[in-house]
Amino acid sequence: MTNLTHLTIKEALTGLKKKDFTVSELTAAHIKATEAARHLNCYITETFDVARKQSKESDARYAKGDGRLLDGIPIAMKDLFCTEGIQTTAASKILKGFKPPYESTVSGNLFRDGAVMLGKANLDEFAMGSSNTTSAYGNVINPWRRKGDDKPLVPGGSSGGSAAAVAARLAMGATGTDTGGSIRQPAAFCGITGIKPTYGRCSRFGVVAFASSLDQPGAFARNTEDCALLLQSMAGFDPKDSTSVNCPVPDYTQFLGQSVKGLKVGMPREYRIDGTSPEIIKLWESGVQMMRDAGAEIVDVSLPHTKYALQTYYVIAPAECSSNLARYDGVRFGLRVEGENLIDMYEKTRAAGFGKEVKRRILIGTYVLSAGYYDAYYNKARRVRKLIWQDFTEAYKKCDVLLTPTAPTAAFAIGDNMQDPVTMYLNDIFTIPASMAGMPGMSLPVGLSSDGLPLGLQLLGRPFDEGTVFKAAHAIEKAANFTALPQTLLSKVA
Amino acid sequence: MSIDKNTVRKVARLARIRTTDAEAEVLSAELSKIMTMIEQLSEVNTEGVDPMTSVIEMQWPGREDVVTDGAILEKILSNAPEQTAGFFVVPKVVE
Amino acid sequence: MAHALLKGDTGEWEMVIGLEIHAQVLTKSKLFSGAATDFGAAPNAQVSPIDAGMPGMLPVINKLCVEHAVRTGLGLNAAINLYSVFERKNYFYPDLPQGYQISQYAHPIVGNGHIEIDLADGSSKTVGIERLHLEQDAGKSLHDQHPSKSYVDLNRAGNPLMEIVSKPDMNSAEEAAAYVTKIRAIVRYLGTCDGNMDEGSMRCDVNVSVRKPGDALGTRCEIKNVNSIRFVQQAIEYEARRQIEVIEGGAKIVQETRLFDTKNGTTRTMRSKEDAHDYRYFPDPDLLPLKFEQEFVESIKKTLPELPDAKKHRFMKDYGLSAADASALISEKPRADYFERAAKGRDAKLTANWVLSELLGALNKAEKELEQSPVTAEQLGGLVALISDNTISGRIAKEVFAEMFVTDKSATEIVAAKGLKQVTDVGAIEKIVDDVLRANPDKIAEYKSGKDKLFGFFVGQVLKQSGGKANPAIVNDLLKAKLGKG
Ligand SMILES: [Mg+2]
Ligand SMILES: [Zn+2]
Repeated sequence: MTNLTHLTIKEALTGLKKKDFTVSELTAAHIKATEAARHLNCYITETFDVARKQSKESDARYAKGDGRLLDGIPIAMKDLFCTEGIQTTAASKILKGFKPPYESTVSGNLFRDGAVMLGKANLDEFAMGSSNTTSAYGNVINPWRRKGDDKPLVPGGSSGGSAAAVAARLAMGATGTDTGGSIRQPAAFCGITGIKPTYGRCSRFGVVAFASSLDQPGAFARNTEDCALLLQSMAGFDPKDSTSVNCPVPDYTQFLGQSVKGLKVGMPREYRIDGTSPEIIKLWESGVQMMRDAGAEIVDVSLPHTKYALQTYYVIAPAECSSNLARYDGVRFGLRVEGENLIDMYEKTRAAGFGKEVKRRILIGTYVLSAGYYDAYYNKARRVRKLIWQDFTEAYKKCDVLLTPTAPTAAFAIGDNMQDPVTMYLNDIFTIPASMAGMPGMSLPVGLSSDGLPLGLQLLGRPFDEGTVFKAAHAIEKAANFTALPQTLLSKVA
Repeated sequence: MSIDKNTVRKVARLARIRTTDAEAEVLSAELSKIMTMIEQLSEVNTEGVDPMTSVIEMQWPGREDVVTDGAILEKILSNAPEQTAGFFVVPKVVE
Repeated sequence: MAHALLKGDTGEWEMVIGLEIHAQVLTKSKLFSGAATDFGAAPNAQVSPIDAGMPGMLPVINKLCVEHAVRTGLGLNAAINLYSVFERKNYFYPDLPQGYQISQYAHPIVGNGHIEIDLADGSSKTVGIERLHLEQDAGKSLHDQHPSKSYVDLNRAGNPLMEIVSKPDMNSAEEAAAYVTKIRAIVRYLGTCDGNMDEGSMRCDVNVSVRKPGDALGTRCEIKNVNSIRFVQQAIEYEARRQIEVIEGGAKIVQETRLFDTKNGTTRTMRSKEDAHDYRYFPDPDLLPLKFEQEFVESIKKTLPELPDAKKHRFMKDYGLSAADASALISEKPRADYFERAAKGRDAKLTANWVLSELLGALNKAEKELEQSPVTAEQLGGLVALISDNTISGRIAKEVFAEMFVTDKSATEIVAAKGLKQVTDVGAIEKIVDDVLRANPDKIAEYKSGKDKLFGFFVGQVLKQSGGKANPAIVNDLLKAKLGKG
């Protein structure tokens, strides 16, 4: 039998329909792979029993000939999605042991369509980070290694566990959430494909909140087609989320393979930022060439406020998070550290329950919202956000999609960039602007760095026009023909 | 922009996060650096620009006034660190 | 009406009072969740994961709350804002599960308005409304169940509240009480709040300051959560006195939040919070701004009932009632409705008297609500008609009414059965008059020598002899004629 873990979702669905193998076999192969790759620390909670049970139900459906959209596909669920009765931690100590009495809409949609959950994937604590080194449950290790160097690398973040699991062939797809780049940047670091749809496309109901006006669920897979299938299932209007948009979800797979002839691809000139690796610039140019070769028209566009997106983000996201995380107080769920009185209990609980990065952001957020600073920081940032949004709206008058690098560097070693939070924040410089504007974005692997690490390019689209993003991404995917495998995996497979 | 140790402690208190003196020291340096970065926003001319709250421009959705939830005491208390007779229990609050 | 001034050692003081009323919106489910709002449920039995502030839970607004807020705003003659914003008010407290209260701050749904308040002397006064906004209620902490623990019940958490903020336009405890009474009447007329203060559906925060007449506003103190109209009055009276004493003692008033102690009628400082409050309001990113069209407001306007003030003026104009009677009648809608049904085709003033004194008195004694009255409006109207057409006298009417109150019979039936019909036959009455005069020659002499008061004695005797049935006017006329004076 072929190595089941190396199939794409589409291939697996075909194989299942043809009864080449069963869901139980497919799941067992992934469980085995996961057990062999525990050192990557992709999961906070493995849910193999759930997976086996779901597999049986799925096999029964196939036996009756009524397989669903994703029936039998083993996936990883970012541990930010609440799963009913199954521990959901947000990678924080403060939620250790928390079993939600409800299901998130997105996970519920995937289960409805037959997906099989292997486990709750590791992430940066409360999705705050770009390296998956802030998890209270340990770092996630990127399955990729630099050529001739065994140093463990970060998978990117915050959805690092999801990205690493998909890259290491431990899951065929995964859910992620993207607040400032938390899907696109780890996808780039792990050499896989990730889509953050338009804000409002996937329900946030049951997703542990980081920054409500930015958080958006999305998907990881190993190619655009698989991403399209996953997003198809996850997306849709949800009356339980007031910011969910009631806008029909098209069949995303229909965009794949459509001609990009005449498609206007914008290159934002402000994305040539100091500190970007020359390899990345080169990759970007090759991506542009691929689009040109496929018949697209390249347009020079300007996003003048790009320079201020990071600063804006680091006001708005912490402000919202400082309030969103106030509910972790040791009263109704999660960790409690007893104290002499109520305030003592609050302070001890939150001091023990939150990690350093989370505390930093809560404090920044509390500070910028506090009396006397509100206008100077928070309102100022909201105005700049409007300008960033206007930049995109203007750019989309000239082009249909934007093509940019996903991250300024390839994956870095665990321990690097950790000394200084601001340096770490620069990782998200290319992903944050679209988050601020709520626009859809996708990262896909396009090439390798000189030391053998995957590099990704990002495609950004108009609101609710994920279709065009898929179309353009698919054209680059075809041209780039990225087939490299993580070194660790190669040694295992060999 | 520098955030001194006292400000750190004041803000931490507001956020109900206990900080030691040593932590406040480190945080003072880190937060100052972040705030210095944030300060660059003052360069942007935002005159006449309305603050943006949501990227979504649509009619607010609403629920009908129907009881669809609640009456799930066990679920509500299922994760409680301390409970008694249907109540959550906390250290005594003095008013 | 003149301000009620308070006397201090240094002269007269004026109170300045503003009220914030929290009125629970009359709905089946909460402001942002589908949990029930019923009063008196078992602890935490009406709590959704949203109300408990569980991770990932999101608010979705109850449309009826928006409608009711607009309706109430219209009832307060207020400007309805077509754009309003929900913001988060951030603070930690065990009965505030999310760590913030969703409220409206910079952009409330209702702006400036005004209402008329009715005072005991029949005068009225206009009180300004600053704003009305929608917000969530908090849960309830019980502090007296355990020596070292507090118990938290989240049933109330997330209940929809309208916070109605007045301008500081009141200058006496009486005015404040009249204001609360009127607000309660308005929301009850509108059906937007049940106004039950004893169940906490209406609670008042009272802002009090004092000043020398003509001076600028003094520093105010806020007395939180006062839950009856009587307590509002007590709290204001105590607090104003306290402030005058503080100032006259040479000290300054510190702006603070105080609690009203219902046991001894005093106010005291709330244990000072360790931090100054910094609520860090900001727009709730989980909710979109509330925007609606003027047509929405107009469609609600069309459904408004006649409101208390309009009704009062109509009662005065159409029925010729005094301001005092009219305000007493309109203070509760069922009462006003009862009156109008009873007064249909009858003497309205007389009907008003009967509703306000006899009927309400009897109900009060029987501890019954108007809705439970054994005498229907139509029956009371029938009784009033018998008085008006001289079938019975007022005195007999009271007897008939007492009978009506305990039976199901109409006034006519009782009068007929008991033979209480008034005697208007002049000849018959004259016979009784003559009998009475004949029996009291000495009294006649006294009367004639100037003791005018004895006229009443003769009337009383005649009525008594007639079993109360003699028409008093005829008795009067006959006596005057026969005694040769008057
Ligand atoms: Mg208040
Ligand atoms: Zn309030």
